[in-house]
Amino acid sequence: MTDLITSEPAAMPADWTVRSPHRIKRARAETRFRLYGIVAIGIAVAFLASMLLTIFIGGAGAFTTSKIGLDVTFNEQVIDPSGARDPASFRGVNYRPLITGALAEVFPDVEGRQDTRALYKLISTGAVYQLENMVTENPDIIGTTQRVWVSAGTDTNLYLAGKIDPDMPQELRQLTERETGWIETLKSAGHVKTDINTSFFTNGDSREPEQAGILGALMGSFFSLIVCFVIAFPLGVLTAVYLEEFARKNRLTDFIEVNINNLAAVPSIVFGLLGLAIFLNVFNLPRSTPLVGGMVLALMTLPTIIIASRAALRAVPPSVREAAYGLGASKVQTTFHHTVPLAMPGMLTGTIIGMAQALGETAPLLMIGMVAFIVDVPTSVVDTATSLPVQIFLWADNPEIGFREMTSAAIIVLLIFLVLMNLLAVILRKKLERRW
Amino acid sequence: MTKSLMLSGAMILSAAFTMTACSGGDAPAQSTKADTKPEATSGGRDQIKIVGSSTVYPFSTAVAEAFGKTSKFKTPIVESTGSGGGLKLFCSGVGERHPDITNASRRIKTSEVELCAQNGVTEIVETKVGYDGIVFANSRKAPQLNVTLQQIFLALAKDVPDGKGGLKPNPYTRWNEIDAGLPNDRIEVMGPPPTSGTRDAFVELAMEGGCKTFPSIAALKSSDKNTYKAVCHSMREDEAFVESGENDNLIVQKLNANPKAYGIFGYSFLDQNSGQVQGATINDVAPTFENIADNSYPVARSLYFYTKKAHVGVIPGLQDFLAEFLGNRASGPDGYLADKGLIPMPQAEHEAVEAATLALTPLKMK
Repeated sequence: MTDLITSEPAAMPADWTVRSPHRIKRARAETRFRLYGIVAIGIAVAFLASMLLTIFIGGAGAFTTSKIGLDVTFNEQVIDPSGARDPASFRGVNYRPLITGALAEVFPDVEGRQDTRALYKLISTGAVYQLENMVTENPDIIGTTQRVWVSAGTDTNLYLAGKIDPDMPQELRQLTERETGWIETLKSAGHVKTDINTSFFTNGDSREPEQAGILGALMGSFFSLIVCFVIAFPLGVLTAVYLEEFARKNRLTDFIEVNINNLAAVPSIVFGLLGLAIFLNVFNLPRSTPLVGGMVLALMTLPTIIIASRAALRAVPPSVREAAYGLGASKVQTTFHHTVPLAMPGMLTGTIIGMAQALGETAPLLMIGMVAFIVDVPTSVVDTATSLPVQIFLWADNPEIGFREMTSAAIIVLLIFLVLMNLLAVILRKKLERRW
Repeated sequence: MTKSLMLSGAMILSAAFTMTACSGGDAPAQSTKADTKPEATSGGRDQIKIVGSSTVYPFSTAVAEAFGKTSKFKTPIVESTGSGGGLKLFCSGVGERHPDITNASRRIKTSEVELCAQNGVTEIVETKVGYDGIVFANSRKAPQLNVTLQQIFLALAKDVPDGKGGLKPNPYTRWNEIDAGLPNDRIEVMGPPPTSGTRDAFVELAMEGGCKTFPSIAALKSSDKNTYKAVCHSMREDEAFVESGENDNLIVQKLNANPKAYGIFGYSFLDQNSGQVQGATINDVAPTFENIADNSYPVARSLYFYTKKAHVGVIPGLQDFLAEFLGNRASGPDGYLADKGLIPMPQAEHEAVEAATLALTPLKMK
């Protein structure tokens, strides 16, 4: 002890104002390392920004759509020749003459089958269903003339959004000179307006970009996640509680633990194959349904939930358990009255993150037939359905140019849901977490 | 105070979660069992299921959508599994668990008919949908290519004739090494993977078509069929030919970004993206609607779908769906499928196919 003290004064106290070569070198290394860090972050941020930017620029167009205003005369002769006003008879009527009639009012000089056909193509093929719905909802409009805003056709939409280059030679464009002329005429006469694309949020899939919507995929994802949660959450939490609180430490539990950790790293397509082999081929569950999709996703998220829940349980200080034992609580009482509630925020956070991962999964759904063209919006877990990422995959593969912005728009919707789920996880953690 | 409030809040929330989780866990599981059981025994599926080729998918879905909107039946669901995968599912058996229709961008093989028969699928109705051309396309920013089938073979084959009656590994890296008239660019072609029907058809029509123009190889056809096939059907595996997945749209976008590259895909994608890409003329024939329809374009194939006869009358609406698909409104010369890029059959052939299909004439392999 004394040695140390006596030897100290021998060395001169370091003079921190002198910049020795060694210290300059050290300071430079420090600055350099900070620079590396900033550059690394900068590159990552630039990638993220450029990705988001392309998606948002590409997808923004899909949220608005062009509508064409037609003065449709709801001709009684066409809709209800008998005059009985039977709502059932309004379905299945060919409403096309009403639209061609309204178009003929604007373009009286267009005649002949080929030309009227070309003119009709400016309007979406879904317009007839819009008229059908109007008549069914309100039969009183029969016999009147109304300004109806119908969706523009696929190519009209592209042209009005500026996606068709008017300088390109005619034969290479989707629309001829004459057809763009018609659109310009409609535009100058005030028959064109830009509107929010509500059908994007209310329709199922379609082969026409202007009629295709995300709702079917959204509901499919929703039902799959419900099934996934209902299976994976109780199973995961119970497994974690048993392994952490009740199980003895021995070879068997070690083996199980290693396996759970390994399962978390298994590629998701493997779970899809498992689902195909077991749920579809052995249990004969219905193909292409959110029920099976949710079960497969549950297998995939289970390890994530178990690992997160065990970590949350481990974070509860032993003093809480000991205090409960000291007051005479049994093991089950201690666990379910004290430990699990305290660990619940961590468990929920882990679950939500696992579910967000499941929301973005496509590969396992490939194997169980959820990658399909499905128009009807599912209403239960046993209806056939797709999911959000699958819809993106399918739209990206469609030949029509209009689907490109639909793809980006669907990605935006998926990203919004992912951000919301992760935000929920963060808020739950911040609000409910206790620190010791 | 706030802490204990928060804690009790957390407990209530967690309890609620676990309770809903537990009760919810039982309810759907039971109800689905109740729902599916009778279905499985009585064959009560009320929705047509279609699987198969990604090339026929755009047409099949268009018909499915129109059928769902105009008939009283549910919209059929269409899965894109590839021709081979579709036929495998299709041939796995009869009953509501198995698909009713499979699309194919090539004809069914004898081995597949046998597989079907093994699983009890004995009566299959074959329907030709129309024609599709396979295009060899590049970006509009570059000049249009004019090639022969032989040049395509030389550019893309694994082994090419060495001029002495034997074979040598493909030495060509630039187009103008094959023929001075071709551009002085690196050979860079993107095409579908071997699982794709488009690849099968391209290999059979373009590669083999170019291959047999060499007398030495053509002679092999009768003497040593296996070697002939191996030589003519092998694509090179170096960087000159890149397998770009089943996504034809992606190939179109890549061509746009790289004007020196070429892509292999179906005519419908050329048709929809004609502003960005152009098809090479092959043996001096351009890939146009008319040339594919009258069979003068050399790389054109027929598209098919196959229907299980045993399902007609069991799955509601199947017969009506066939009628919709083969009606003039859909696959006729002016039908909506032509707008989607299908090349329809001539009127007489269309009528014959329609009659045979609606009469459910089963397929006979020759």
